[in-house]
Amino acid sequence: MARRSTPEINAGSMADIAFLLLIFFLVTTTMDVDTGISRKLPEKQDPNIVPPVLKEKNVFEVNVNRNDEILVEGDTYMKVDELRAAAIKFIDNGGGTAESLQKDNLSPCTWCGGDKDPTSSDHPKKAIISLQSDRGTSYAMYISVQNELVGAYTDLRNIYANKKFGKDFKDISNADQKKIKNDIYPQIISEAEPTK
Amino acid sequence: MSKFQKKKKEMPAVNTASLPDIVFMLLFFFMVTTVMRETDLKIKKPKLPKADQVKKLEKKSLVNYIYVGKSKDDTPGDKIQLNDRISKVSDIPSFIFNARRKHSEEDVKKLTTSIKADMKVNVGTISDIKQQLRNVNALKINYSTLKGNAFDNVK
Repeated sequence: MARRSTPEINAGSMADIAFLLLIFFLVTTTMDVDTGISRKLPEKQDPNIVPPVLKEKNVFEVNVNRNDEILVEGDTYMKVDELRAAAIKFIDNGGGTAESLQKDNLSPCTWCGGDKDPTSSDHPKKAIISLQSDRGTSYAMYISVQNELVGAYTDLRNIYANKKFGKDFKDISNADQKKIKNDIYPQIISEAEPTK
Repeated sequence: MSKFQKKKKEMPAVNTASLPDIVFMLLFFFMVTTVMRETDLKIKKPKLPKADQVKKLEKKSLVNYIYVGKSKDDTPGDKIQLNDRISKVSDIPSFIFNARRKHSEEDVKKLTTSIKADMKVNVGTISDIKQQLRNVNALKINYSTLKGNAFDNVK
């Protein structure tokens, strides 16, 4: 019984096969990350609940009509690139006095860099941005407006984080971020049903 | 003189025995990371708007996509695509319920709906979608955008 040695398989072309597969996967793979503006929708409200009455000075009204024109506070026509500055001015105003804020358990905004105009918002926690669009508004415009309004908050948070921690908002600890998000500059953007 | 007529020294060949191993390693890496497109677009590819206040969508398995755009044959009106067919706005609740069924209770709270809409669609369509999402309490949404200058959208 002579043992015959099995002939070895030539594995020289293994690399070629593997390369072929590798190139296939290299080409088909996509490493794109999805990015976008994250928002949270309001919960469905009981229709019987009466909405709380807001002081007009604490509401920053932004209207976008079907021709993609922006009207701010009911009287100023604005371009998109002016919107962010206007929103920052409104949120950061901090015009409330100690007495007027007492009933809401708030103290005057000490970190606000605004004009303290008594006819504008009292406190960042009370400042509400109300966005009203039309059904015919283009999505591109709508996203631009949303972007600027979110950007206003981002800018303010960055200014505050830089003053207090010497770093940008995204670089500080989660606990500090949460504190700023909840107590310093909470993002209050309310969207009304679009007009027909 | 014969001393100088030496045989030419041959360059030793580089050992390529480990080449397949290296290639296989790369191959497995790409095989694992590659994601094949699950959905075919039935509408025209949406041209996403640009924005700079963007966040990354972290877990792709927890994201449901709603595509909004124009139909391929240019019939007027905005079309909505759920999974791989063009649907009506009223189909969104069942779409969300279907997606929820695939996830555990814990993950359902983290489900995000990504709206991939074309720049030219009307806000009315988006608003109808949002209304449907509110009805089924799917509140986390993400307007899919490209990274860029938001002012480029409107010119």
